[in-house]
Amino acid sequence: MWSWVAHRVTGVLIFFFLFCHVLDTALVRVDPDAYNRVIDTYKNPIVNLMEVGLVGAVLFHAFNGLRVVLIDFWKSGPRYQRQLLWAVLAVWFVLMAGFIYPMTEHTWGVLFGSEG
Amino acid sequence: MTTDASTQAPSELVSTGKASEALDTRFEAPRSAAPKVRDPRRPDRRTNFELYAWLFMRLSGLLLIVLVLGHLFIQMVVDGGVQKINFSFVAGRWSSPFWQTWDLLMLWLAQVHGTLGLRTIINDYAERNVTRSWLKALLYTSSVFTLLLGTLVIFTFDPNI
Repeated sequence: MWSWVAHRVTGVLIFFFLFCHVLDTALVRVDPDAYNRVIDTYKNPIVNLMEVGLVGAVLFHAFNGLRVVLIDFWKSGPRYQRQLLWAVLAVWFVLMAGFIYPMTEHTWGVLFGSEG
Repeated sequence: MTTDASTQAPSELVSTGKASEALDTRFEAPRSAAPKVRDPRRPDRRTNFELYAWLFMRLSGLLLIVLVLGHLFIQMVVDGGVQKINFSFVAGRWSSPFWQTWDLLMLWLAQVHGTLGLRTIINDYAERNVTRSWLKALLYTSSVFTLLLGTLVIFTFDPNI
């Protein structure tokens, strides 16, 4: 049940992110400076933390969605649904571990002084 | 809330406190099993829309795993996140028909997938007919707007604006 709740919550979060993402990117059609000014407001540790949250939400939703597809279409899917959830969480951890340093590298520099 | 017999709390619970406390003792997964509350103003169209929507969620989901995870990997890991993004970055990306097609496909699949997903959530939790139809009207309006705006931007992007 919790995977079901988490799938809905992450789905709604991603939906609202997509709405904002299309709106801000649409500024490239209006004025390059306006676009750059808006994107510059994203370049800080708080938004970087939100990016990590977004990646976490997308990765969970993607692999839990794959699990839903397997449960629906693979004949042994329902029998292994619990093991599949553990597999989703394992893949999530491995990918998050791979994503987290490259995407937060700049923030560590800002917070601990090696980059301005 | 419905008040049919199956949702009534046992009488001993009701007699010891308020009805709302008694209702709290029911344990139920919040799943798509709300009583069928159909808007009587709408004709009961018997189509296979729900089946196609269900199938679309799964097929588009599989494609989106590739498109979105590829997009995230390139943006976040290869290009170092929002830090490197500015107008010339976007201009460089959209100078290639490959990335234009990628982004267009991702936009359409993600927006329709998200809209159908939110539709399910609204149908599950908005029990009043008026609330449900207004929320869905808002959802469909914003989705059509987002799709048209995103498509327009990708097709008419001008690096020398």
